[in-house]
Amino acid sequence: MAYFQQEIETASREQITAWQNERLAATVKRVYDNVPLYRERMDAAGVKPEDIKTIEDLTKLPYTSKQDLRDTYPYGMFAVPMKDVVRLHASSGTTGKQIVVGYTQHDLDVWADICARQLVAVGATPEDKIHVSYGYGLFTGGFGLHGGAEKLGCVSIPVSSGNTARQLTIMQDFGSDVLACTPSYAMYLGESAEKAGIDTSKLPLRAGIFGAEPWTEEMRQNIEKSLNIKAYDIYGLTEIMGPGVSYECECQQGMHVNEDHFIIEIINPETGEHMPDGEKGEIVFSCITKEAFPLLRFRTKDIGTITHEKCACGRTFVRMSKPMGRTDDMLIIRGVNVFPSQIETVLLQMDQSPNYQIIVDRVGVLDTLEVQVELTEDKFSDTISEISKVEKDLTEKLKSLLGIAAKVTLVAPGTIARSEGKAKRVIDKRKK
Amino acid sequence: MFMKQLSVFVENKQGALAKVMAMLSDNGINMRAVSIADTQDFGILRIIVKEVDKAKAILKESRVIVSVTEVVGVEIPDTPGSLSKVLSVLDEGQVNVEYVYAFVTPGKSESAYMVVRAGDNVKATEVLNAAGIHTLTQEDLEAML
Repeated sequence: MAYFQQEIETASREQITAWQNERLAATVKRVYDNVPLYRERMDAAGVKPEDIKTIEDLTKLPYTSKQDLRDTYPYGMFAVPMKDVVRLHASSGTTGKQIVVGYTQHDLDVWADICARQLVAVGATPEDKIHVSYGYGLFTGGFGLHGGAEKLGCVSIPVSSGNTARQLTIMQDFGSDVLACTPSYAMYLGESAEKAGIDTSKLPLRAGIFGAEPWTEEMRQNIEKSLNIKAYDIYGLTEIMGPGVSYECECQQGMHVNEDHFIIEIINPETGEHMPDGEKGEIVFSCITKEAFPLLRFRTKDIGTITHEKCACGRTFVRMSKPMGRTDDMLIIRGVNVFPSQIETVLLQMDQSPNYQIIVDRVGVLDTLEVQVELTEDKFSDTISEISKVEKDLTEKLKSLLGIAAKVTLVAPGTIARSEGKAKRVIDKRKK
Repeated sequence: MFMKQLSVFVENKQGALAKVMAMLSDNGINMRAVSIADTQDFGILRIIVKEVDKAKAILKESRVIVSVTEVVGVEIPDTPGSLSKVLSVLDEGQVNVEYVYAFVTPGKSESAYMVVRAGDNVKATEVLNAAGIHTLTQEDLEAML
C-alpha cells in the first residue's frame, strides 16, 4: 500500500481526535474574532469560543447554510484580510446568486495535499501523467486536481473540459496515465474512443478519478470496461474546499474523509440528531484548518452514511458513502446543479404558465433535461413560427441561466399530472 | 370582411387529434375544411366551420387552446391554374402568405375555395379584389353552407 502522508492517513483514532479537538477550538476562536456572522450566531446561542474544547462540543455551534453564504456574498464569510487571500473560486450552483470562496496560500497547499492523497490512493506515482479534463476556471475541479498532481510531482496535463476528439488525441499522444473528470464525461470519452476505433487496452491510461456529480455502480463498471481503467470516486464541494474533501482508495469501498482538515457529521435533517454509522442522514462538514473561508457545520444537503470500520487499505479516516440523494430538490445534470425553482423563475419571468414539469433522463451516456410547459392561450398563435419562437426564447433563457441546454416542449393545458392539486415538478428517470 | 378559422393547439401524440375531433362531432359540428401544421412536438389544427362561436365554446370548455383567426376566403374556379393565379396576384401585390389550404362545396357551388392567411389580410383582400378575384366573408360562407 502506498500513501502520500502515511503517518496522517493511517493515524490512530486517538490521534485524529486529538488533532480535531485542537484544530476545531482554534478555528472557532478565529471565526468568532473575524467573521461577524459567526460571532452574532454564537453570541445569540450563548456560546463562547472557550466553550468549544473538543469535538464533543461541536453540537453547541450553529449550522451554516448555503443561504448564509448568499446573504454574506461576496466576502462576508472570509476570515482573513484580502492581502492573505491568493485565489478565488465560485460555485457552479446557479440558484440565483453564485457564491465566492477564497484560499490563502496555506489553504491551497492543504488542498494540493488532499488531492495528492487521492492520486496516491488510486495508484498514481510521480512518474505519471495526470490528464485533467475538469474545467479550469472558477469551478474548483480543474485547479484542484491540477494542484494535487503537481504536489505529488506528477506531470499535470491541464486539458480542461470539452473538445472530445482532442482529449482522445492527447490521451494517446501524450500517454495519459490517470484521467480526472466528471463520470458522465468519462463515459462519453469511453464511447467516443470506441467510435473512433481506439483500442483503450493499448493506452497507458489505468485509473480515473471521477466526481462533481452522482454516479452509479453501473456507470463505474461501464467506465472501467470502456476505458479499460479502474474508476474511483472523489467528493468535494466548493464551500468546503473543492474536490478532495473525501477520496476513494484502491478498495473502492467508500470515500475516506480527510479528517485532519474536515469534521464530518451525519445528522437527522429534521432534528439535528447524530446518526449512527451506516444510517442515512444529511452530511455536514466543518473546516478545521482552513484559513480564508472556514465554514463551521456547513449543511451540504447531501444525504449519505459514514462508517468507522477498518478499511483494508490501512487508512484510518472515516469513510462516507456516495451521496444517495438530497434534502432539497437540487438536481445534478451533466455536472451542473439545477434547482426546479430556477426553471420556475424563468417561466414566470417569461410570462409562462406555472404548470411545468422537469424530466431528467439519461440517453446513452448523457443526461437530458426536458422542460414541459403548459401552453397558455395568450401565447398561442395560428402559425408554427410564432409558437416555435416561444419555445426558442424559453430554451435560450434557460440555457443562459442554467448553463446547460434544456429541451422545451409546450403541452396542452391540464396535461401535466397533478396529485392533490399539486403538480409533480420533477421526474428523474435516471433513478432506478 | 374576413372568414373565420378556428386554430387549435394539439400535442403531437397519439389520440390528441381524435380527441378534438370527437368533441366537435359529439356536438354536431360539421367541418368544411381542415388543415394541420405539425412539428415534432405539437401541431396547429385549422378548421373552417359554420358555427364558429359554438365550436370555440365547446373546445374551450374542455380546456383546449383555441383561437379564432381571421383568414381570407378566396373563391376560384375549380380548374387548373386558378390557385396559381391567386398566388401571383398576391406576390405581385407583395403580400406574404403564411399558409393556404382549400375546400370545395359539392352540390352547393361550382367554385373551389382557398383559405389564405396572409401576413396582411387587408392588403391581400385589396389586391385580390382589384384583380377581379372574389373574396368571402364569414357571412358569405355561412349563407352558402
